Amino acid sequence: MEPTSESSNAGAQKNLPLEQLMQKVAEHKGCGTSGAGGKASCGSSAGQGDLAPEIWEKVKNHPCYSEEAHHHYARMHVAVAPACNIQCNYCNRKYDCANESRPGVVSEKLTPEQAAKKVLAVASTIPQMTVLGIAGPGDPLANPQKTFKTFELIAKAAPDIKLCLSTNGLALPDHVDTIKSFNVDHVTITINMIDPEVGQHIYPWIFWKHKRVTGKDAARILTERQLEGLEMLTAAGILCKVNSVMIPGINDRHLVEVNKAVKSRGAFLHNIMPLISAPEHGTVFGLNGQRGPSAQELKALQDSCEGEMNMMRHCRQCRADAVGLLGEDRSAEFTTEKIMQMDVQYDAEGRKAYQQQVEQERQATVAAKEAELADLMSEFSDIKVLIAVATKGHGRINEHFGHAQEFQIYEVGTAGSKFVGHRRVDLYCQGGYGEEDTLPTVIRAINDCVAVFVAKIGGCPKDSLKAAGIDPVDQYAHEFIEQSAVRYFKEYLAKVKSGEIVHVARGDADIRQGAYIAA
Amino acid sequence: MAYKIINSQCTACAACEPECPNNAIREKDGTFIIKPEKCTECIGYFDDPQCVAVCPVENTCVIDNSVPRYQAAV
Repeated sequence: MEPTSESSNAGAQKNLPLEQLMQKVAEHKGCGTSGAGGKASCGSSAGQGDLAPEIWEKVKNHPCYSEEAHHHYARMHVAVAPACNIQCNYCNRKYDCANESRPGVVSEKLTPEQAAKKVLAVASTIPQMTVLGIAGPGDPLANPQKTFKTFELIAKAAPDIKLCLSTNGLALPDHVDTIKSFNVDHVTITINMIDPEVGQHIYPWIFWKHKRVTGKDAARILTERQLEGLEMLTAAGILCKVNSVMIPGINDRHLVEVNKAVKSRGAFLHNIMPLISAPEHGTVFGLNGQRGPSAQELKALQDSCEGEMNMMRHCRQCRADAVGLLGEDRSAEFTTEKIMQMDVQYDAEGRKAYQQQVEQERQATVAAKEAELADLMSEFSDIKVLIAVATKGHGRINEHFGHAQEFQIYEVGTAGSKFVGHRRVDLYCQGGYGEEDTLPTVIRAINDCVAVFVAKIGGCPKDSLKAAGIDPVDQYAHEFIEQSAVRYFKEYLAKVKSGEIVHVARGDADIRQGAYIAA
Repeated sequence: MAYKIINSQCTACAACEPECPNNAIREKDGTFIIKPEKCTECIGYFDDPQCVAVCPVENTCVIDNSVPRYQAAV
């Protein structure tokens, strides 16, 4: 694993500085503030948006594909696929530290039989669990027997659960027919580049036709196979999402090209994720000091691609053994030891009833937002603000500031509100009292927001937030997020007009490194 | 000689197991081991030893000096 600082320098010279990209985004009018027609700006990633009805039907209850669904439905990954056929500079398979987890690491591997039992156990405990994914910890298609055996067992025992898989794409063209035969209708391919010049700085090697191939040759083979696989999935009618890791100085500018390439080949959703990189991960990028993007750098890139196609912004970069709603991880409740002792009764009817209830809740959320938006439509302003929200899900402001492990970020303007991302924070409140030194971490994570919506907040953090220019708002406790965001924005706009407050641009914010851990 | 797997380095990802042309690799106590009497260093099958080429951790599949060199059949 050689490519280190040298490669990232080469990448930096090749790519335009990020300031230029951000400038370009600022000039991009695709997300216009016109607001006419009652449609949320940027095609609203929250709802059906620009998706064709048949695609929306397939994805609307899938938390990893529909932003709105992720508030209500849960997913689980089973770690049945440990082997991988490529090496990425942001991945190190050696560690599974209990305190630091990311994609590519898991606490325990499962056999297909154990995985099937686990899925039934989880589905019986968490009725909103609708999606089973195989994402590793290696590459599912580098372990085809284990992956497809798992699908076979689950399809038999729990036919209502949607199956999906996530792959690097190298082996994908060989397996599209099998994927189709198992009714897997969602596949994610991680595509970080379409140019071997860029790819050589991301992939040190691939294992291909019984040889380890390195450098540009490796990247060329990989990109050819990925795009071929994507075209085959599209031809077979299998929905495909593309994941890309944003690596500043290496592929950040290039991802705009990737976005165009995957869109033209039929990918329906693009998920640009920030690089997770810290020395303690032991990855090449972690050790050579390659940084991840800031929150505004990530948002700028996502915004610049949004005019082209639907962007996904709610990805939590979860582990290959994650369980629960996105943003929570209940995998510790379902260890192999625990599930083997469980007496599992699969209650298909109960699950259906619960999901119907969720559906009503979900429609109420949308209706509340629409109603609130109605009289904002007559207003016109270029002002857009970001609002951070403490939530446990269900589209409501229902989390205590001190208990929040993440904040969801909504952008609001006169054209409406939309979810634009999330920010991880350390637990500010542990053991019932606030820890003074974690508050600055939280503030840095939401520094680009004008307000933070919470169910409850203590006096001390309230004052610190105010001092940082962030308005702590608890008056919408337990209400719908988007409805409240629009209501807040109306008041904000009125105050700006009356001169009570002055609207100033907020600064940037930090993206915390490391994926969710089981709490 | 045959190849061996350095136990402390092995992530037990099992990538090597199906690649071995001799079925010399199997799981034992949470990691993988190579049966030296079965290992041919992939001579006669591939240009490169497959376990080395596919292993995600450098210097994990290495030559085992404690066993005699593999002699390809003439």
